[in-house]
Amino acid sequence: MDYKHLAQDLVAQAQKLGATESEVYLQYRDRFEVNIRQGDIETLTRAASKGLGLRLFVEGRLGFGYTSDFSPDTLENLVKKTLALARESTPDEYHGLPQEKVSELPELNLFDPHLAEVEDETKINMARDMEKAAFAYDARINNTEESRYGDHIGTVIIANSRGLLSSYTTTSAGLSCTTVAEEQGRKQVGWWWSHKRFFKDLASPESIGKKAAHRTVRMLNARKVKTQKVPVVFDPQAGASFWQAIFGALNGDAVYKKASFLAGKLGDKVASDWVTLIDDGTLPGGLGSRPFDGEGVPTRRKIVLEKGILKTYFYDTYTARKVGASPTGNAVRDYSSTPIIGPTNFFLQTGPHTPEEIIASVKNGLYLVWMMGMGANPVTGDYSRGAYGIWIENGELAYPVHEITVAGNMEEMMKNITMVGNDLEFMGAIASPTFKVAEMTISGR
Amino acid sequence: MEYKLPQTILEKLLGIALSRGGNFAEIYIEHTVLNTIALEEDKIKEDSSGVIQGVGIRVIAGEKTGYAYSDDFSYENLEKAAKTAALIADSPKRDIGPVNVSKIQHEGPSYYLVRIPPDAVEVKKKSDLLWRANTTAKAYDLRIIQVMASFVDITKDLIIVNSDGLWAEDKQTICRLNVTALAEDKGIRQRGYYGGGGLVGFDFYTTFTPETVAREAARQAIMQLTAAEAPAGIQTVVLNHGWSGVLLHEAVGHGLEGDFIRKKTSFYTGKIGQKVASELCTVVDDATLAGKRGSIHIDDEGIPGQRKVLIEKGILKDYMYDRLNAGLMKHPLTGNGRRESFRHIPMPRMTNTFMIAGEDDPEDIIRSVQKGFYAKTLGGGQVDITSGNFVFQVSEGYLIEGGHITRPVRGATLIGNGPEVLTRVTMVGNDLEFDTGIGTCGKNGQSKPVGVGLPTVKISEMTVGGTAMQPWAVNLDGKVENYP
Repeated sequence: MDYKHLAQDLVAQAQKLGATESEVYLQYRDRFEVNIRQGDIETLTRAASKGLGLRLFVEGRLGFGYTSDFSPDTLENLVKKTLALARESTPDEYHGLPQEKVSELPELNLFDPHLAEVEDETKINMARDMEKAAFAYDARINNTEESRYGDHIGTVIIANSRGLLSSYTTTSAGLSCTTVAEEQGRKQVGWWWSHKRFFKDLASPESIGKKAAHRTVRMLNARKVKTQKVPVVFDPQAGASFWQAIFGALNGDAVYKKASFLAGKLGDKVASDWVTLIDDGTLPGGLGSRPFDGEGVPTRRKIVLEKGILKTYFYDTYTARKVGASPTGNAVRDYSSTPIIGPTNFFLQTGPHTPEEIIASVKNGLYLVWMMGMGANPVTGDYSRGAYGIWIENGELAYPVHEITVAGNMEEMMKNITMVGNDLEFMGAIASPTFKVAEMTISGR
Repeated sequence: MEYKLPQTILEKLLGIALSRGGNFAEIYIEHTVLNTIALEEDKIKEDSSGVIQGVGIRVIAGEKTGYAYSDDFSYENLEKAAKTAALIADSPKRDIGPVNVSKIQHEGPSYYLVRIPPDAVEVKKKSDLLWRANTTAKAYDLRIIQVMASFVDITKDLIIVNSDGLWAEDKQTICRLNVTALAEDKGIRQRGYYGGGGLVGFDFYTTFTPETVAREAARQAIMQLTAAEAPAGIQTVVLNHGWSGVLLHEAVGHGLEGDFIRKKTSFYTGKIGQKVASELCTVVDDATLAGKRGSIHIDDEGIPGQRKVLIEKGILKDYMYDRLNAGLMKHPLTGNGRRESFRHIPMPRMTNTFMIAGEDDPEDIIRSVQKGFYAKTLGGGQVDITSGNFVFQVSEGYLIEGGHITRPVRGATLIGNGPEVLTRVTMVGNDLEFDTGIGTCGKNGQSKPVGVGLPTVKISEMTVGGTAMQPWAVNLDGKVENYP
């Protein structure tokens, strides 16, 4: 079936039956995943799926419906039901489709034409080799939770009543390894992964297995430290998790509702000179890259914080209209939901220091490796999360710590970033080099 | 497209799924309708409805699972899915012919409290709930600046057939009303949340009124405006009854799930019969509670929902299993095989997990604490089942001083070690309460509704992760220790 036509026809049908504006967001994808455990296949999944979402406006009233069934009867009912839903909602002058339109799609290197040619056996063996390398790294690695290979090929089609009809196809492939180490009856889990758009760019299974094992073993016999205020060095993964929380406070939806501690601070200095944050939907091969967003607005590169000064929030069409700004190309969605605001490739720009220099600058503090829980409140800026890491003594990584929390206020933390590393690497759509926050509260013993 | 496939087709597909020598095959058919209506800024901002339907075909061969799914019900595509799943077994092709299945029915009283199916309720009645919530929250206090309310109902029809001859069907209807209120005063902003529902019909909201929900959300937001920074360090912690049962869910529940046990990655592996908690603790997982969010007539493998004692007076009694792990561990099925949708492979999950009531008066519990922390409302939590470490957020917390609840504090996280924390339960209230039907548990990327319950509980020591350095903290012996 030609899904582009189907999307266009559905828009036409909605318009004919009374929609002022309408849009169809259609997705289909193929997915493969294999989990290896102790040398054997544990699960193997393969599937194709599809679905479409119909978003329409009737004189400023929004209705939304979706379905995974494309049979003509179902689609006809979908249009009728969605129109009926729209008529029950309240008119809102800010509702509507974007003015912006993609003209020519930029080449972003998001599709690996060779992925489909890779044999299942090759993928399965990669997951096996990864696990083998983890076991071989250290005798204390006595178990794995999983050693996984997964990939997908997916297409997005968008059509709307402003004449937009566009699509793009992406691929991604990933390897991840979760290992368990045991010593004196105490168990510890750890993991590592590689996730890329192109199969050939994946890190080698051996290197991932080794790194997973290394990160697990080094946390064995973790201790609980005393409650104290110390400098905290965020490793790139902990750092990415922090910027994800900051994104929540830069979300234009939270900002106009005043549900963000960064509301009303455009142009203010909210972070130290070291903090330049960028969101770039056009990074070639980026896991957060896409030519247009969930409403068909072209993505672009934006400096969000420049040397600590807040330059922009993130907007979709609705929130942008609400505050008189332009949409930033950050509407993200699935066919089964209306757009929400999310990051593309969101990252902290690198600084001059090596991670080793940053660690060496700390006399007594925490090298933060992983955080648990959802203790980042975008409304108040309160930040308090469970932490795993390595204690730094006299500039050196000394011993692993756990069952502690790190806490602070997000704005104060950003203002207290005094060193930024040169080690930016994209492991996902949000990335960070190593950085140091001069002081945070550690709760422990 | 019609999702109710004829018996002959189902039987034929099971035969194909086993054609490479698998020991077990299963077809999971799902048809889910989800309706959402949302109010913000005195407007019905979103009104949506969707249908997801599909078939998941699973083949088990020893410890291996093959899985394929399709959202297309054409025979051609279903046959392809069955053949794909079959490939996990690597014996030569054989023709075993169709497998015979026969229907089973849920017997006894229903665990679902659905008098008025929400999918059939006109949108206007749903939006009325939201408008009432909006009015109430705004009227609660002038400092309430934003109200966001939503009503979601899900109607999931399931058909599960397998090569053991089982044919089970269920209709699982879930409603949920949510209200978030935002308060602002002198530049300080705070948020309050309350909501509820469960396996209930629209009629549930005649007693669990939007006014009640809105007032509670507004109260939390206003209360937090005056909250001070949370203390940092070890404290005696009293948990309010109800939703605080999320502590059990994180601290012990996940560690008792059969997949982690079989893989020996859980701290609780091999500890049946051992003391893992204070003798005041009896922990139960019960899928048979009327209307609760985790209740199920059948799990997502067609096995009846059950009540299981997991920990009895501190002694570990049992784990929770899905079919694969029960089979490999030679344990009877416990009805805990759950999955998010036809796109997902089932795994052991909790249903409604709670601690049975103790004997203490909740007021006596507070009075017994000289200096401590009272967690009145919790947010979400997370656990690392290997080490047993868990955290959860406190969305409304207070200091306890001299046996009284005193000042509100904000932004705290509690961190503990699951196996340790239950050994430190020193008082259990006589006031068991369940949550109002708001819990969603995430595991390996799959979300599932669950319920939790807890009486008021005192934990002799736990780490409170706030920002304020207290001049005091209670250590194990109850002595007061000063931090620099």
